[in-house]
Amino acid sequence: MAKAAKPATDAKSKAPARRRGASPKTSAEELLSYYRDMLLIRRFEEKSGQLYGMGLIGGFCHLYIGQEAVVVGVHANALPQDTVITSYRDHGHMLVCGMDPKGVMAELTGREGGYSKGKGGSMHMFSREKNFFGGHGIVGAQVPLGTGLAFAHKYNGDGGVCYTYFGDGSVNQGQVYESFNMAQLWSLPVLYIIENNKYGMGTAVHRASSTTELYQRGSAHGIPGAQVDGMDVLAVRDATAKALEHVRGGKGPYILEMLTYRYRGHSMSDPAKYRSKEEVTKVRSEQDPIDNLRTVILKTKAADEAALKAIDAEIKTIVTEAADFSKQSPEPALSELYTDILVEA
Amino acid sequence: MPIEILMPALSPTMTEGNLAKWNIKEGDTVRSGDVIAEIETDKATMEVEAVDEGVVGKIVVPEGTPSVAVNSVIAVLLEEGETADDIATLDVTRASGATSDPAPIATDLPAMAEHAEPKPAETPILVEPEYVGPMVTQTVREALRDAMAEEMRRDPTVFLMGEEVAQYQGAYKVSQGLLEEFGDKRVIDTPITEYGFAGLACGASWGGLKPIVEFMTFNFSMQAMDHVVNSAAKTLYMSGGQMGTSIVFRGGNGAASRVGAQHSQCFAAWYSQVPGLKVVAPWSGEDAKGLLKAAIRDPNPVVFLENEIMYGQTFDVPESADFVLPIGKAKIEREGKDVTITAFSRMVGFALEAAKLLAEEGIQAEVINLRTIRPLDKATIINSVKKTNRIVSVEEGWPQSGVGAEIAAVMMEEAFDHLDAPVKRVTGEDVPMPYAANLEALTLPSPEKIAAAAKAVCYA
Repeated sequence: MAKAAKPATDAKSKAPARRRGASPKTSAEELLSYYRDMLLIRRFEEKSGQLYGMGLIGGFCHLYIGQEAVVVGVHANALPQDTVITSYRDHGHMLVCGMDPKGVMAELTGREGGYSKGKGGSMHMFSREKNFFGGHGIVGAQVPLGTGLAFAHKYNGDGGVCYTYFGDGSVNQGQVYESFNMAQLWSLPVLYIIENNKYGMGTAVHRASSTTELYQRGSAHGIPGAQVDGMDVLAVRDATAKALEHVRGGKGPYILEMLTYRYRGHSMSDPAKYRSKEEVTKVRSEQDPIDNLRTVILKTKAADEAALKAIDAEIKTIVTEAADFSKQSPEPALSELYTDILVEA
Repeated sequence: MPIEILMPALSPTMTEGNLAKWNIKEGDTVRSGDVIAEIETDKATMEVEAVDEGVVGKIVVPEGTPSVAVNSVIAVLLEEGETADDIATLDVTRASGATSDPAPIATDLPAMAEHAEPKPAETPILVEPEYVGPMVTQTVREALRDAMAEEMRRDPTVFLMGEEVAQYQGAYKVSQGLLEEFGDKRVIDTPITEYGFAGLACGASWGGLKPIVEFMTFNFSMQAMDHVVNSAAKTLYMSGGQMGTSIVFRGGNGAASRVGAQHSQCFAAWYSQVPGLKVVAPWSGEDAKGLLKAAIRDPNPVVFLENEIMYGQTFDVPESADFVLPIGKAKIEREGKDVTITAFSRMVGFALEAAKLLAEEGIQAEVINLRTIRPLDKATIINSVKKTNRIVSVEEGWPQSGVGAEIAAVMMEEAFDHLDAPVKRVTGEDVPMPYAANLEALTLPSPEKIAAAAKAVCYA
């Protein structure tokens, strides 16, 4: 089911039909690129989990497994000047922005070769060069920050949009609505992407939110929204394209609620007792974004088994190299403790 | 090469766990993501997923084994084309019971202490170039406005946002005339939404702009503190130096007059605790103009603490648009040989009045206007104490963990041998600010209280 919400005052919103399978305008090349990007995130995250288990990654580590279609589908629409910001479940977003898997993995292991020289960790990573602005550890904080990046896009007149991602857990933070209000008031070019994976840590959405149609959360501010099958990369891509027409057209923000699912716990130390094994198994077997796209690719003959196997092997090599780099890169020099606190004027 | 499956850690503190159940048996094919086993600790049970693909060649640790060390080999996977014979080539002595390799954490404590030693406080004394240009007589309010206007003319990325800063011309009229000159793109009225606009401004800074965020008063910055501390102050460090936050948070700080507890609070000590922030507190018109211009040009986040009662006071102020004062440098407002008095913001005026009272009794006080709370100009304070051997710290804020507490600690650590008397603090009383006029007066420092403290350390 896909639903669209216009401002509450405009009841004539039309629900776009949910897309299934490959759109006629999707080329084989595009399908394979989505497959590759999603698979890279999946394999990267599995490896992260493994390195965490070996004690090479410490602290908090939030994996994106299951949600890959969201960031890949959204980013398929990105222009070079666009900016991206998200929460602490950020590894997938960095990879899709083109950040080097070696640098990301080495940050997870807290090494000198990491994007933050080992001083940020899983939750706090950035790449100004790739327009990725974090990686934020405080639930909901990235929403005003992303709205501010959009403010800068408008001030500078660069035509860019800020993709501001946040989870169902953050939609009850007050600063989210403070941001919605200013974004709409000032017509800022920001696309709000709510990744609704059904649980904010261990609390199901209906236990935390008085209304669970999260795409309607902007209606008090007159911000339109739509609900999207976040397990279908093509549906995500197309819904994003439609939302961007609104945002790039100078009409202000838009909200996309991506219905998705994380297969792993909230963080590595979460045994996930709040949901049944059957629930996880069912989603994995019926809705897995990568398996489903693989089926589409084979059915439409965009590629054959051998070609997909070659991609699998390529990804495996990238991830293995990233893991090796992250183990070999030295820990930061002790002299790094007192650097990067202030910019020397 | 067969692939070793290792006993995973569920949390950073886990060292061993029970292998409760195997969901696979030898000969099974596994795909990455398959749940292959369950392990449990005293806190939780968790599933172990396969990361690699292959055929289960050997279960090394049988299910039901308690206390399996993290990182020991619990099973072996065969890749395509491999057979069980390949396992023989592997060293599986790290199985259950064997000690696992310690996590590769190189903690060389003595070396760390050596490298981590903070820079000594003995920074060279900067000699401030004397300003010799034309002066203009104006209020602190006008000096602040001129500072912003001059910097906005100089740099098109500078903009001002806050409640009532544009059409209303500022709740305290500090932004008078700016909307007319710079338009509503650069002088922006915000809704009453401190948390939101402080965060938005940090994001705008990362997008290449230079925001000046006005808090109508700093009392309301408590709503926004998460962004001031977590977003503005820490991001440069967390990004390994890639992404600083160039931003000014400014507004009235401290007690105004008869506005009660929630609107009368000094945030100097709060913000000065945070690495990654600069904290500035001007007193005079010269301070206001020179330091605000410096704050706007600074590539770091600067918390700029003004004082509502000072807005209307008049000073001679350098007129030049090139006049900028250095952040991190205190100013000796009055020289003296008998006792050092440190103060900032409105308290500098009180300290100067106290110095007059003391002079009548033959005590020559040296009054230091701190100007910057972080980084604190320790060198100027220590140098003064080397001469006077006595010090009184004055602030409007509360005593515990205050600016005076910090100065007292610095004196203990770095100037102990120069002291002839214990450090004395004059602070706001340790109470929420009362409304009643007599109680409010009792709460705040006064020239008389400062003079009394100075006499006490002089044993006079």
